[in-house]
Amino acid sequence: MSKFKKKKGGELPAISTASLPDIVFMLLFFFMVATVMRDNTTMVENTLPAANQVEKLKKDRTMFIYAGKPNSQYKNLGTEGRIQINDAFVSLDAIQPAVFEYIATLNEELKDRVVVALKVDENTNAGIISDVKQELREANALKIMYVTSVSQDD
Amino acid sequence: MAKRAAPEVNAGSMADIAFLLLIFFLVTTTIEKDKGILRSLPPIDDTETEPPIIKQKNLFTILVDRQNRLLVEEEIMDIKDLRQAAIEFLDNGGGVNPEGESCDYCRGKRDEASSDHPDKAIITLKHDRETSYGTYIQVQNELVAAYNFLRNREAQRLFNRSFASMLEEKEKNQFNKDEKLNEDIERIKKMFPMKLSEAEPDKS
Repeated sequence: MSKFKKKKGGELPAISTASLPDIVFMLLFFFMVATVMRDNTTMVENTLPAANQVEKLKKDRTMFIYAGKPNSQYKNLGTEGRIQINDAFVSLDAIQPAVFEYIATLNEELKDRVVVALKVDENTNAGIISDVKQELREANALKIMYVTSVSQDD
Repeated sequence: MAKRAAPEVNAGSMADIAFLLLIFFLVTTTIEKDKGILRSLPPIDDTETEPPIIKQKNLFTILVDRQNRLLVEEEIMDIKDLRQAAIEFLDNGGGVNPEGESCDYCRGKRDEASSDHPDKAIITLKHDRETSYGTYIQVQNELVAAYNFLRNREAQRLFNRSFASMLEEKEKNQFNKDEKLNEDIERIKKMFPMKLSEAEPDKS
């Protein structure tokens, strides 16, 4: 009956942790891929004003327009508020073509739901924003979103 | 020399290194989600029609000057009082709407000198070119807050839930439309339609 003898003592074999690095690496790669670094570098100062009556922005149909005074890297352009679209300073006349260009890249069903997000520094004059809004009205892009940071309601 | 087998490298610390990196990425990842105030611009109207005459009492005028001071209905006001003032104006219900119905859900003072009906009540905002954008957003925020407060009150009264939760549910089920919910939302929006006009700032 020696065949059925217990092999050794009752000690459990140690659980192999050899696959632990693999699992952790998998997670690591996931996070490395999922992490998005900022896709637009702002050339203007961009401290957003705070508000609390906010809605979420739908990224798939949104075009960004930045405005503010040029930041320290572009000091030579003065301190007057400037408009930035896609990594370049633009004048007011360039807004409409940029909007049409963006709409052309959208899916068919999103074309008439385009939202223009305005990321504007809180110390900018509001006059430049009303100029931008006038251009957007002429381009018939009527949905706008003032992007803000979120403050707590009192 | 006798050939020796290369000693096996200990991989036990691999997991520690990987964990360290993992934690670094976990901490630095910010899944960015922009939020903001959604507004619609009025379409450009080229027709030469006379604008309708609006009674002064149905207008709530807000002026913001270049020193970021507020002039509300000809009086200087602090920004923190603006929300309450706007709520009182919208909720006044002193008269009848264009269809001749009086506002049966308003809980305001029913003051003859203030707005007739939420349907008719219009808030106009005018700012100077040199007003700071931060102040402008604060004013917008307070006005949107006033509308949200009133809509929320009616949603609580009629459907016993907050207006925000209704909008959230609509957003969640955007692929299978819930007709009842959409109707309810439209009904509340119609009770307090957002009539917020913005005048262009003066040139020069």
